[in-house]
Amino acid sequence: MLAAIGVSDLEALFRDIPQEIRDRFQPIGLEAKSEMEVADALGSMAARNDAATRVSFLGGGIYDHYVPSIVPNLLSRSEFYTAYTPYQPEISQGTLTAMFEFQTLVCELTGMDIANASMYDGSTALAEAVLMAERLRKKARIAVASSLFEQVSRVLDTYCWAADIEILRLPFDERGCVSLETLPEELSAVVLQTPNAFGVIEPLQGIKDQIGDAMLVVAVNPLSLALLEPPASFGADIVVAEGQPLGLSMGFGGPLLGIFATRDAYVRQMPGRMSGRTVDADGNVGYTMAAQTREQHIRRERATSNICTNSALCALAATIYMASAGAHGLRHVAALNFSRAHQLAKRLASMEGIELAFQGEFFNEFVLRIPGRAAAVHEALSEAGFLVEPSAVLEAYGLTDALRFAVTEKRTVEEIDRVVDIVGGVR
Amino acid sequence: MKTLFDCRCSEYVGGLYPRDDEAMRSVDAILDSSLVRQRPLRIPHLSEPQIARHYTELSKLNYGVDDGFYPLGSCTMKYNPKLNEDMARLPGFAGMHPRAPMAFSQGALQVLFDLSQYLKGIAGMPGVSLQPVAGAHGELAGMFLLKKHFERMGDTARKRILLPDSAHGTNPASAVVAGFSVTQIPSDASGMVDLDGLREALDDTVAGIMLTVPNTLGIFEEHILEVTKLVHEAGALCYFDGANLNAFLGKARPGDMGADIFHFNLHKTLSTPHGGGGPGAGPIAVSEILVPYLPIPRIVQVDGQYALEWDAEHTIGSMHAFYGNFLVALKALTYVLQLGDDGLRQVGENAVLNANYLQAVLKATYCLPYDRLCKHEFVLSGKDLADGVSTLDIAKRLIDYGIHPPTVYFPLIVREALMIEPTETESKESLDRFIEAMRAIAEEAKTNPELLKEAPRNAPVRRLDQTRAAKQPVLTYPFPEDA
Amino acid sequence: MSYPTDYKYTKDHEWIQVDGNRARIGITQHAQEELGDIVFVELPAVGDAAQAGANLATVESVKAVGDVVAPLNGSVAEVNSDLESAPETINQSPHQEGWIVVVEIADPSQLEGLMDAAGYEAFIAAG
Repeated sequence: MLAAIGVSDLEALFRDIPQEIRDRFQPIGLEAKSEMEVADALGSMAARNDAATRVSFLGGGIYDHYVPSIVPNLLSRSEFYTAYTPYQPEISQGTLTAMFEFQTLVCELTGMDIANASMYDGSTALAEAVLMAERLRKKARIAVASSLFEQVSRVLDTYCWAADIEILRLPFDERGCVSLETLPEELSAVVLQTPNAFGVIEPLQGIKDQIGDAMLVVAVNPLSLALLEPPASFGADIVVAEGQPLGLSMGFGGPLLGIFATRDAYVRQMPGRMSGRTVDADGNVGYTMAAQTREQHIRRERATSNICTNSALCALAATIYMASAGAHGLRHVAALNFSRAHQLAKRLASMEGIELAFQGEFFNEFVLRIPGRAAAVHEALSEAGFLVEPSAVLEAYGLTDALRFAVTEKRTVEEIDRVVDIVGGVR
Repeated sequence: MKTLFDCRCSEYVGGLYPRDDEAMRSVDAILDSSLVRQRPLRIPHLSEPQIARHYTELSKLNYGVDDGFYPLGSCTMKYNPKLNEDMARLPGFAGMHPRAPMAFSQGALQVLFDLSQYLKGIAGMPGVSLQPVAGAHGELAGMFLLKKHFERMGDTARKRILLPDSAHGTNPASAVVAGFSVTQIPSDASGMVDLDGLREALDDTVAGIMLTVPNTLGIFEEHILEVTKLVHEAGALCYFDGANLNAFLGKARPGDMGADIFHFNLHKTLSTPHGGGGPGAGPIAVSEILVPYLPIPRIVQVDGQYALEWDAEHTIGSMHAFYGNFLVALKALTYVLQLGDDGLRQVGENAVLNANYLQAVLKATYCLPYDRLCKHEFVLSGKDLADGVSTLDIAKRLIDYGIHPPTVYFPLIVREALMIEPTETESKESLDRFIEAMRAIAEEAKTNPELLKEAPRNAPVRRLDQTRAAKQPVLTYPFPEDA
Repeated sequence: MSYPTDYKYTKDHEWIQVDGNRARIGITQHAQEELGDIVFVELPAVGDAAQAGANLATVESVKAVGDVVAPLNGSVAEVNSDLESAPETINQSPHQEGWIVVVEIADPSQLEGLMDAAGYEAFIAAG
């Protein structure tokens, strides 16, 4: 090969890199290891993650849901996961068809007209929604409920700082729902989350009418939409979500799945990839990337977003999951979440000194106030091998002595009984 | 192509989850009627065998790296080691909630910490963040860092980013999202940054330059030290797009070239799979001056314990909900641990060897606009092959030969561009097969161009009507009742 | 196709047909060929200011975006709204039915620097 190239040695191929730079090079100090040794080393690291074996009541946007075996099984087909972005549609019909299915499923869940083929995660999807609203409404100000998940707020703060968009935070009332009393004017968007950080379901009825020209941007738990009337019915302009509850493992926070849906009229402003239906030279139905001129590889500095790689494989996982469950299955599992959370909430809140922090309706997450004993309850549960978020999480919202519980379909009657026992025993 | 909505629904028998009639009753009893879903949910239920068949069939309509040669320039479609996948599926990693107590997450935190250390070593730079989850996301983070830095310095006039005309589209897009404007600087006749053009463009309104090294022509900027020096002297900083790291992995470090920010594409250089368009990961490495602005939380090691650090006065904030794409980072760590320093060096060497071999042989048949030693990729032009035959036709005909086309029509500075990146995991046999196919297609272009114009014929679909897809977008399934 | 001799041409591949103090503007045959099938046109509003060198309208094909750069200062008097439903008109008739905007000219002297048909043909031949 070197002969074909016309050089005598391999080093000749690197002579274009200035010697000064070559001289400064230092290796990272790592010796090669066999597959067996690496598997062993990483296996040990995995074993040191006790949290993976404990019973979890952690939530806040990421939940311990059951993932049906068919999902990872089909996802492990190398034609799916070793493929690239479908720039050559004729040999990417698998990816493109699945993207089209995903877009449709998202629209069914959210009630919106169009959806993209995924974004990085729910928090950046929300940030992109705000940027889109600002492009359309041209006001450098948004109002945001103070009951977003902490990590979503944090990312939104960063993106808005960079885009010079002012964020005004809206308070919540005694039901735990967003209050629009202090809503200012001249906004590009009003942003709220449902269920919110307290697990409370925000009643969306009438909100669109109160916010004037601003776009209504709603962040949702996609699983909850199997039971709840979706935001589209209440006039939402953009709906975003963290799709992890739809068949993704928690994976220590990544990769996740950003869901983004909006109205037909805004298709040119929607960021991200989309798969569109068309026909081939023989008139057969096929799929291809649609409206690519919005995207960075064509529009460059005038693109609707800089996004290139998204979360395609995770979107495929969610698609396969939703197809396996179907509407009935999604309602079934959502009902299990709802009912188990309500059972635990009822039994704990019936104890002395414990009450639900908010009267608003909830899906699978709720907040209890345990004046004087929250820390003790938390400790007792932790000792017993349960994972519960500490009260510090809620202090950020101005709630003291409060604990948040997420109860999914995986929490058994025995586990719930045990939690009730332990909490009951804390004085 | 059949979608799941075209399949015949199966009756729901509830096999996935425990039966619980109480559950739905409790929803009906408790949930306020104003909140209950009335809108139909048209998600079909398919039996497990149906799902298995449908998605298996769809997978066969795809083409992945395991199917064959995938010389997509700038994408580094190298082989994805299967150990990566197994490690990511270990319950001890996959089953971790990101807000589990740190004491119970030591293994996960160590993965992030260790990878960070290795990435610092590979980059030759003192700061790293694993938070960005894609290359473009890393670019955005980098632009945010620049913005924060100059804000803090009180240098608010610096609102421009310079980039060469050969830049990848995400570069200007990222700069603009961060509030900068972009100014293009010209390339010289040998495809590198024109130093005079650069000198002219530099002033105190420039915040930084975004460069891909080697550039998107596969050519290493021989004057890179001069370029970074000029930029630094003008008070600006240097962003290096690391998409092409495969070209000098184990041979040189961006930190030694004057880079202030460098992003990795773990799904390119470090073998984590592309997933059909993600998820990837785009960690960034930074020079000392930018360390204070790195995103939070940061992974630290204190007294032998790994922890998350949230306290950072000048941080830009957060780019992602948690710590980046942890499972992707894990795959990159798996790869690095297997390769070691020797392996990393061999990656760079073989990637460059393979690319130069292809270039040397193919230039006899195709137009090579920049005839010089390349690094890990090179750009041919499909123009002048035959009258009326375009790069698109060549690409589509390659499909008939069972080979994924190279990147086409990029970079923009080459007409009818064909960007070829073989990567180091291709054997000589595979490369020679590609050469044969390319030669055959060149011959067909002259003697029987219809074969190219009608291509592909051996694919699941023929050429698709892009105009129709763009003009009348159909983005969701056309349910009959919606018509 | 030949380029109408009574039109003027710019380096950005636009043509201008002057009628009194109005300039009808479109993109040339060469430009539409390069872009390919046009799928979308973004038009300005009547009354918008046109500024020499600034973006006046945008023409999108499947694979590229073409900026229609204002060749002179003025204000937008008319826009070809037919292009909203039939953008392909630009491909079919780039110099006639595919016109994009009519601008009321603020400074006629700005027309002086523009090429004539022969000059433009030489310009594109030079590549």
